[in-house]
Amino acid sequence: MTNKSKKFEGDPNTTGHSWDGIEEFDNPMPRWWLWVFYATIIWGVGYTIAYPAWPGVSSATAGLVGWSSRADVVEEIQIAEERLAPINAKLEAAELTQIAADEELNSYATSAGAAVFKTFCAQCHGSGAAGGVGYPNLLDNDWLWGGDIENIYLTVKHGIRNEEDDDARYSEMPAFGELLEKEEIEQVVNYVMSLSGDPVDASLVDAGAVVYEDNCSACHMENGTGDREQGAPNLVDALWLYGGDYASIKETVTYSRYGVMPSWSYRDRLSEAQIRAVSSYVHQLGGGE
Amino acid sequence: MSNSPAPSLYASREPIFPKRVHGKFRNLKWWIMAFTLGIYYLTPLLRWDRGPSLPDQAVLVDIANRRFFFFMIEIWPHEFYFVAGLLIMAGLGLFLFTSALGRVWCGYACPQTVWTDLFILVERWIEGDRNARLRLHRQEKLDARKIRLRVTKWVSWLLIAVATGGAWVFYFADAPTLAVELVTGNAHPVAYTTIAILTATTFFFGGFAREQICIYACPWPRIQAAMMDEDTLTVGYREWRGEPRGKGKRTEDSDLGDCINCMACVNVCPVGIDIRDGQQMECITCALCIDACDDMMDKIGKPRGLIDYLALSDEGRERAGEAPKPVWKHALRPRTIMYTTLWSAVGIALVVALFLRSDIEATVAPVRNPTYVTLSDGSIRNTYEVRMRNKHHEPRMFRVSLKGDPSLRVQLEGTPYEAVQVEADEMRIQRVYVIAPKGSLPADGESTPFRFWFEDTGNGDRVYKDTIFNGKGQ
Repeated sequence: MTNKSKKFEGDPNTTGHSWDGIEEFDNPMPRWWLWVFYATIIWGVGYTIAYPAWPGVSSATAGLVGWSSRADVVEEIQIAEERLAPINAKLEAAELTQIAADEELNSYATSAGAAVFKTFCAQCHGSGAAGGVGYPNLLDNDWLWGGDIENIYLTVKHGIRNEEDDDARYSEMPAFGELLEKEEIEQVVNYVMSLSGDPVDASLVDAGAVVYEDNCSACHMENGTGDREQGAPNLVDALWLYGGDYASIKETVTYSRYGVMPSWSYRDRLSEAQIRAVSSYVHQLGGGE
Repeated sequence: MSNSPAPSLYASREPIFPKRVHGKFRNLKWWIMAFTLGIYYLTPLLRWDRGPSLPDQAVLVDIANRRFFFFMIEIWPHEFYFVAGLLIMAGLGLFLFTSALGRVWCGYACPQTVWTDLFILVERWIEGDRNARLRLHRQEKLDARKIRLRVTKWVSWLLIAVATGGAWVFYFADAPTLAVELVTGNAHPVAYTTIAILTATTFFFGGFAREQICIYACPWPRIQAAMMDEDTLTVGYREWRGEPRGKGKRTEDSDLGDCINCMACVNVCPVGIDIRDGQQMECITCALCIDACDDMMDKIGKPRGLIDYLALSDEGRERAGEAPKPVWKHALRPRTIMYTTLWSAVGIALVVALFLRSDIEATVAPVRNPTYVTLSDGSIRNTYEVRMRNKHHEPRMFRVSLKGDPSLRVQLEGTPYEAVQVEADEMRIQRVYVIAPKGSLPADGESTPFRFWFEDTGNGDRVYKDTIFNGKGQ
């Protein structure tokens, strides 16, 4: 059959197909190609024996070589930790305020800190560190407990108002709904709003000033600039953690607020080096003091 | 069904023993071989002084530091389009040559051809010319002489192969340093692996696979058909002049053609075909059969060119006894003109881009998470991630300023100054803040365009980048 279209002796075989006078050769494959094909089959079989391959009911064959991607990851992490051990030790030993001055240490701390931040902090403070209602924005220049590197470090290490770390900084604003009359609350809210802008009812401001003086000035200070020792917010600036509108401030005064941050040194959630790294990262986001 | 046994589906490789040939195309091929191999083996040894902070190797692909050095040209990763442009030019150049001269790349310049040619040369030096090699091949007894010749040949091939793999890695690291490391066993495993792989492929492809690579492994011959047409010059046989072939005296009443069936063209062919069968898939147009046939025509006193560079369109003319079209008429046609135009356009664009590129460069990426930050005094701050590249070989101070709404202020992260130092041949990532005071137009608006200026405080060279300021109004 294959020889039908042979016109002359010595002409190559064709398949007998012809399209517009174009015929298809039926040349033999090169023999080495066949050997390569067999070699790949043997290699393929060997590969499934050496490496995890054949699926079973609950798991697959482990392979004679004993390779697993998880073991690879464990090994890679170990190698990375060994590699980083010296610079982590240097970071732990460094004076906090000196980290930024050491270019190599600062570069490492801010990069490692960014990774720590996106893993452990972004849930509340946001991946861009812009925070949200009740969760402080770490990019601005307003800090409840202080924005220098040492205060940021203390906040990260021990947290705020948590029950798990005795060194956590603590303060509590009373719920004035139980202490003041409704009118007094409305007066003081209008006074507080007047500190940073326009009150809703200007006629209540003067009365509010008296209420403020008696109830609020101990923590938020006479002029409303707050007190970082107590984590008492500054009331004269443009930033409001829980909202600066009348209803939000009234709610804050009536029921109080109680923002909690976990302790990151508790149960070694983060290593000392990680805490220092993330503190450095937060400190250089634009608001650090 | 026929009674003849079915032909095998597989065929073993027929060994080919190309005969030594002399002639103009053979000479041309020697020169091209010396030139291309010379470039390949010697280029990594060339030095080029770039000052103390940079490598002094003329051609270097510095993967670790992400730089490509080519004499006075230095390519950074973001300028990779230069390499893409060169690859496009290489592609278009190949199209041009293929449409004008057929598989001229395959026949003269392809590494597979050049190295195979070199390996055949070594083979001939050691084992003798075609007939000696044939005898050695057919000799079944493995005597001392055959072993000695085979071992000498393989060791010589292997040395060439090692040099080939070795030269390759020199393009990726400082050659003198790496050479010492390689010899003392201190080089990176990747270097040894690369050399081993390239040694194996060179040895095997050049020594044993040879034309099999061209026929079965290489996709290029299949693609080339698309660029060839009836005006493409390829190696062919003037069958109308040569046939009927035959030995014997050409007398008055003999109807024999010019071909004396001496098989010279077949004996020199490195891919083992008979060019007199017409154009074939295997033919790499190395033109050695032209040399062989011309030589024979000289000897028997016939005109040269029984085998020659021919265009398909000339066949009819020549059969009718007319002269073929001149070569330039074959070469100059819309297809080749178009390829040349495209090739030149890309080339000119690359050269222009190369000379226009500045040695101070900056890119500005506005931070969008969040788009703006309110500060305690109510002002609005935007953050920009700025990458400043210093392509000089010494450190420079870059001053950052802006031109736009007069209320906008610039502030650099981590420094009270308005200029930062960028180290020699480095890129610096600098966070830049732009602040609009409370109540200003940019602070309350949606987005305000402005322009960043980056200026070398030393010589005043500067570049700008346009971007926008996001306000509360968005």
